[in-house]
Amino acid sequence: MTHKARYLIDKIGVAVLGVFATITLNFFLFRVLPGDAVSDMARVPGGSAELKQALMRQFGLDKPVWAQYGDYLAQLAHGNMGVSYSSLRPVTTDLLAALGNTVPMTLLGIGVSVLFGLATGILAARYHDTPIDALISNAATIVYAAPTQWIAILLVLCFAAYLPTSGLSDPFALSSDLGSILADRLKHIILPSLTLALATFGQYTLVTRSAVLSTLGEDYVAAAKAIGFPVRRILWSYAIPNALLPIVTLVALSAGTIMGGSVVVETVFSWPGIGRAMYDAIVQRDYPMLQGALLVVTIAVILINLLADLVNARLDPRIVE
Amino acid sequence: MTALPSIDGDGLASLPDPAAADWRPRPKLLAAALLLLAFAFVAIAGPLLRLDAGPADVTRIFAPPSAAHWLGADDAGRDVLVQLVIGCWPSLVVGVSAAAVAVLVGGTVGLLAGYSRGWPDLALLRLMDYFIVVPALPFAMVITAILGASLLHTILVIGLLLWSTTARVVRAQVKSGRERTYVQRARTLGAGRLHILLRHILPQVLPLIGTTGSLAVALAVLTQAALEFFGLAGNDMLSWGTMIRFAFQRDALLNSAWWVVVPPGLCVCLFITACYWLAQSLEQAVNPRLAATDLRARSSRLREPRAGRR
Repeated sequence: MTHKARYLIDKIGVAVLGVFATITLNFFLFRVLPGDAVSDMARVPGGSAELKQALMRQFGLDKPVWAQYGDYLAQLAHGNMGVSYSSLRPVTTDLLAALGNTVPMTLLGIGVSVLFGLATGILAARYHDTPIDALISNAATIVYAAPTQWIAILLVLCFAAYLPTSGLSDPFALSSDLGSILADRLKHIILPSLTLALATFGQYTLVTRSAVLSTLGEDYVAAAKAIGFPVRRILWSYAIPNALLPIVTLVALSAGTIMGGSVVVETVFSWPGIGRAMYDAIVQRDYPMLQGALLVVTIAVILINLLADLVNARLDPRIVE
Repeated sequence: MTALPSIDGDGLASLPDPAAADWRPRPKLLAAALLLLAFAFVAIAGPLLRLDAGPADVTRIFAPPSAAHWLGADDAGRDVLVQLVIGCWPSLVVGVSAAAVAVLVGGTVGLLAGYSRGWPDLALLRLMDYFIVVPALPFAMVITAILGASLLHTILVIGLLLWSTTARVVRAQVKSGRERTYVQRARTLGAGRLHILLRHILPQVLPLIGTTGSLAVALAVLTQAALEFFGLAGNDMLSWGTMIRFAFQRDALLNSAWWVVVPPGLCVCLFITACYWLAQSLEQAVNPRLAATDLRARSSRLREPRAGRR
């Protein structure tokens, strides 16, 4: 077996294990809930112990826990995550729609964030130990220290007069041509994405800065300096490409934080994504929805990390050996 | 000729004292220490002074800042500055306790993993990897929603979700520490496991715990503020996170009452910045290599005896 194949199998194995652990955790977490799902339903006028028994049997709650767990796994394998208490639609349907709203907003925010973080981080490393460096790294630290919900609220305070602060699109828009619909959507996505970008870019700045700085300490950079290459060439041909590896890993590792951030952002801006679905599910005690949302978010994060491992193996073949 | 310093001779004196370089004042560390002290002072002063934001006053709803009330009033006409001082204690105590839980759990797991070989190490490593990847805030939201919101739950949930970074750092340090010559020498001389752990490994690990610990405090305070924003951290306590939530829910935005929402967020922001600065300063002290690289021409010259830059 080649090194590469072993590396791939190892990483995929870990991801599968992680997904399985998440499913299991997700199942048992919701078993901790006091009472059982049918005690409310059986509390109807004329409800009897027999009714409760029948309901228990109907939902499979009379079986032992491991059998319920088996049922859960089997249903999940068919894409069935239950029915939402509040919308009465299948959780899978609702979550897919929510995911479709979350992905563009998050991707735009993170794209801007990573690009800005890379640019400022490289700039800070290039002018290491100068006022420029101090300004950039301190500003990045301070903005990264700000709570996401606070950034969102400040942006609403500042830009509420110019940009929409709630929802996906204008519900009262009359025009139906593609251009104005698109423009409306774009206007609505700016503030949520900007919040996410502001809340996350600081870590990318700091990590880029220290990654570039540590490659600047490598022997090959010293050699390039000794040869007399110009600074620009040393940076772009030697230091930055090698600094990208830890950055790819960090972006993937921050996927969990980003998901947390988008829950906050979607709540402030009423963005009908998966984070908002999660918050609504908590408020409405919609447990099937909550369980599904947590599962989807966690599995997405695990898959993003797997992707980063694969990308890293591609960027740096030494990793697989 | 004293090219090589001898252990007992005067040669040692000609070497720069490594400790001397450490005492250059670091503005970042100083700022962090001052900020943290100030916050600690306010946090203690709040409960001691038995402050009370007073009864609701409908004549002063969202009253702007004035000489009598420096930060204006909230949606019930209560003084924002007083609430800010009251909110300091719960905000800090949850963050610090949760970080303590995280560091304790992480440190223990890291030590265990670092000191074991084979499958126990691998199993613990996988567990750490899992908890590093898992999205902390959504998990914390779900768990507190299930268990019910309370102070203790918040501390435990945040602490048990943030331990893995510490564990990884400690594990790596223990792994490299136990292979060092002087540790092996101690082992050969018959030192017991506990002795090696306490005398040789722990001193290496402690500065790192300082770094990850202050990062953990920062993350814990941020997570707490987020949980409070969702109303998942108990309603009986006024903290900065709760103030942000109330400002958002009770139409401070519609009234453009920035003085209700800016101060609590700024406090969280400053406190966490101080934690980050502390962590960065500690990291620089532990790992001087971070500062030893440079692009400018003068770094490729022969370096002066190391008394200066760190």
